[in-house]
Amino acid sequence: MEKIKTVEELKAICLARQEEEKKESVSILVCGGTGCQSSDSQKIVENLQAELAERGLEDMVEVVRTGCFGFCEKGPIVKILPDNTFYTQVKPEDAQEIVESHIMNNEKVQRLLYQDPKTGEHISDSKHMDFYKKQQRVALRNCGYIDPENIKDYIGQEGYQALAKCITRMTPEEVIEEVKKSGLRGRGGAGFPTGLKWQFARGYQAEQKYVVCNADEGDPGAFMDRSILEGDPHSIVEAMAICGYAIGASEGRVYIRAEYPLAIKRLEKAIESARECGLLGEHILGTDFCFDIQISFGAGAFVCGEETALIHSMEGNRGEPTTKPPFPAESGYWGKPTNVNNVETFANVPVIFLKGADWFSSIGTEKSKGTKVFALAGKINNVGLIEVPMGTTLREVIFDIGGGIKSGKEFKAAQTGGPSGGCLTEKDLDTPIDFDSLVAKGSMMGSGGLIVMDEDDCMPSVARFYLEFTEEESCGKCTPCRVGTKRLSELLKDITQGKGTMEHIAELKRLSQVIKDTALCGLGQTAPNPVLSTLAAFEDEYIAHVNGRCPAGKCTALLKFYIDPEKCKGCTLCARNCPVNAIEGTVRNPHSILQDKCIKCGTCMDKCKFGAIVKK
Amino acid sequence: MGCCSGADQEKYDELKRFIDALPTKQGELIRVLHRAQGIFGYLPREVQVFVARELEVPVSKVYGVVSFYSYFTMKPKGKYEISVCMGTACYVRGAENVLEELRKKLAIEPGETTPDGKFSLRSLRCVGACGLAPVMMVGDKVYGRVTPDMVDSILAECE
Ligand SMILES: Cc1cc2nc3c(=O)[nH]c(=O)nc-3n(C[C@H](O)[C@H](O)[C@H](O)COP(=O)(O)O)c2cc1C
Ligand code: SF4
Ligand code: SF4
Ligand code: SF4
Ligand code: FES
Ligand code: FES
Repeated sequence: MEKIKTVEELKAICLARQEEEKKESVSILVCGGTGCQSSDSQKIVENLQAELAERGLEDMVEVVRTGCFGFCEKGPIVKILPDNTFYTQVKPEDAQEIVESHIMNNEKVQRLLYQDPKTGEHISDSKHMDFYKKQQRVALRNCGYIDPENIKDYIGQEGYQALAKCITRMTPEEVIEEVKKSGLRGRGGAGFPTGLKWQFARGYQAEQKYVVCNADEGDPGAFMDRSILEGDPHSIVEAMAICGYAIGASEGRVYIRAEYPLAIKRLEKAIESARECGLLGEHILGTDFCFDIQISFGAGAFVCGEETALIHSMEGNRGEPTTKPPFPAESGYWGKPTNVNNVETFANVPVIFLKGADWFSSIGTEKSKGTKVFALAGKINNVGLIEVPMGTTLREVIFDIGGGIKSGKEFKAAQTGGPSGGCLTEKDLDTPIDFDSLVAKGSMMGSGGLIVMDEDDCMPSVARFYLEFTEEESCGKCTPCRVGTKRLSELLKDITQGKGTMEHIAELKRLSQVIKDTALCGLGQTAPNPVLSTLAAFEDEYIAHVNGRCPAGKCTALLKFYIDPEKCKGCTLCARNCPVNAIEGTVRNPHSILQDKCIKCGTCMDKCKFGAIVKK
Repeated sequence: MGCCSGADQEKYDELKRFIDALPTKQGELIRVLHRAQGIFGYLPREVQVFVARELEVPVSKVYGVVSFYSYFTMKPKGKYEISVCMGTACYVRGAENVLEELRKKLAIEPGETTPDGKFSLRSLRCVGACGLAPVMMVGDKVYGRVTPDMVDSILAECE
């Protein structure tokens, strides 16, 4: 594309693109998010294109590969516009039927429509699905709608007009004022007011300043930021440029995990096309404002999500945090004033300037404005990416949007904030979710991972899972965290292996407090949260372990295998497969397990065809 | 680099060209190591020494960075790299059992390679396909909703 030299040209391209979209009466959107690509969605795109070409329809119908639609559980997703038909679990070989039936004969392919689990009805328009009804898409407004690799698609959604407005009609101070007025708070975890942060960075004088986008996304089990980068990379490019104008920086850096190949590819493409169009680089849209962005790669260290560690890593060093102050706003990348924001924080910025700070602050709760994106996962029916207004309750998220717990089991807990957060339980279901209410409940918003657990999940084991993670990820710089997380994880290991005592539980509590109070950076300070919050809500479960029982039936060391004599047919299969000959019995007579020999390998239970073996 | 065979020499040349093309060497160690691992598959001591010399930094610094980041590996990977996602979403849906099965079948621990060099095993954290949890990968190919009894047939595909 040619360089865009003025705001008028930008607007003209936007209008032209919108006209084009109107003319293309039908578009087929195919999800190209990581989840759906893993189930062959690329092949669906190719097959659809081939089917259309075969019938000479390729100019009338556009096939667009988008970012994640959010409903990953039932992917790959194919959506047809303008009527919003939503096809789920599409296979490459379905392309022919979609083209023949839907496109040529205007007959929807019934078997691919989403079926409401409650009513059994087929729902065609995604707007009527429970999954989407309570969602409001602000940060994800373009995800699953535009082709993230085509800058024209983004411009067609008024893309880069927020930047144009800022640099041609507003002073940097006015830009900061507008962000402050919107009430936007950082989505990377702590919820610091974004406008205020920009103001600090503006306040320091330096010949060079930097805008950094934190795309490290360390929470294991979360994929919000990568999905935004995969689905709408230009919104991040645009927001970083706006931030650069506001704080007086001409250089931006995105720090992204090397493990995110698709997000990297699309971001690289976005930066390149923005440069080609003159929306990055020298004298953007004919103004004096110059700004460019480069990418730095992370290398798999959770602590590098912490902003001082991230900056050290960008400088090519070990990603070890340093004490604050000085904050990056004063002395960051190469010792220069640096503003670090999270991907989702940036994704909210352009729309604040398009629709106004007042519009933005009308969404959400008193102190948490706007929406929050969550990666909903675990024992829930609709695993996926959702965005809800701040203040939505956990119950609405889990039961209305998430479709409830898998296999009709009981809800037990939900973990927010990943390894730094805590668990919420039954009694918290009606709490409105925002930054402050989650902290009050002993958890935190975190970056947006929301893992749902059911009756089969053992809470001491969950705490152990997180502590093993933080132990491994501790950078080792300070003793409370290095030694403390190791000790916590040993204590939890003992408890889940049936070697725990009440003293273990007391020690967990004591040590957790010490680590919280003395660790150097956020990783260590928050590492005990999963322990403390599971202890607060499920201390009885810890005590049960000490007494030799795992109520959830998860901890193998505490389980025993039994044969139900009523159900056993005496087929001898289990005895023949037991690796330690712990099963006795004769043909056609009930068998039994010698508990002192059994090593609890579970083989017998897998083998028995009559369900006669139970563990408890 | 007297030790190198011809094929290795080509790899070193490629890495050197990459380094020479960088606008600045300052702060570029991690970028260079990513490239080096891309070229060599792993980062043995000789490669680290080479990088240190080219970037004019102490070898101890290179080693310090390589050992800090889990993405960098000093051991060669197997022909097929098996990764099991141990992110939270996969963990609560039973990824541990899948990893356990692979451990048994391949008789190696995560981070190791089979003696014949065919398979290496590792665990990683969230590949972004949580909807398909539990997830495992062979190279870049993602397998979703994996159960321990699928492991055999997945391994059998690697021929
Ligand atoms: C251990 C640790 C890990 C973190 N990981 C991330 C992360 O993955 N992504 C992120 O945006 N912020 C992360 N943060 C928060 C950052 O330090 C920083 O506060 C944030 O990027 C600021 O952006 P925001 O104001 O837009 O939220 C982490 C903090 C700590 C202590
Ligand atoms: S708290 Fe942990 S991660 Fe943070 S500096 Fe100390 S050792 Fe490193
Ligand atoms: S496999 Fe089942 S039915 Fe057969 S002997 Fe064992 S317990 Fe009884
Ligand atoms: S659990 Fe394993 S060791 Fe125990 S009886 Fe069954 S097969 Fe034998
Ligand atoms: S990746 Fe396709 S819907 Fe999420
Ligand atoms: S946790 Fe395994 S893919 Fe996300």
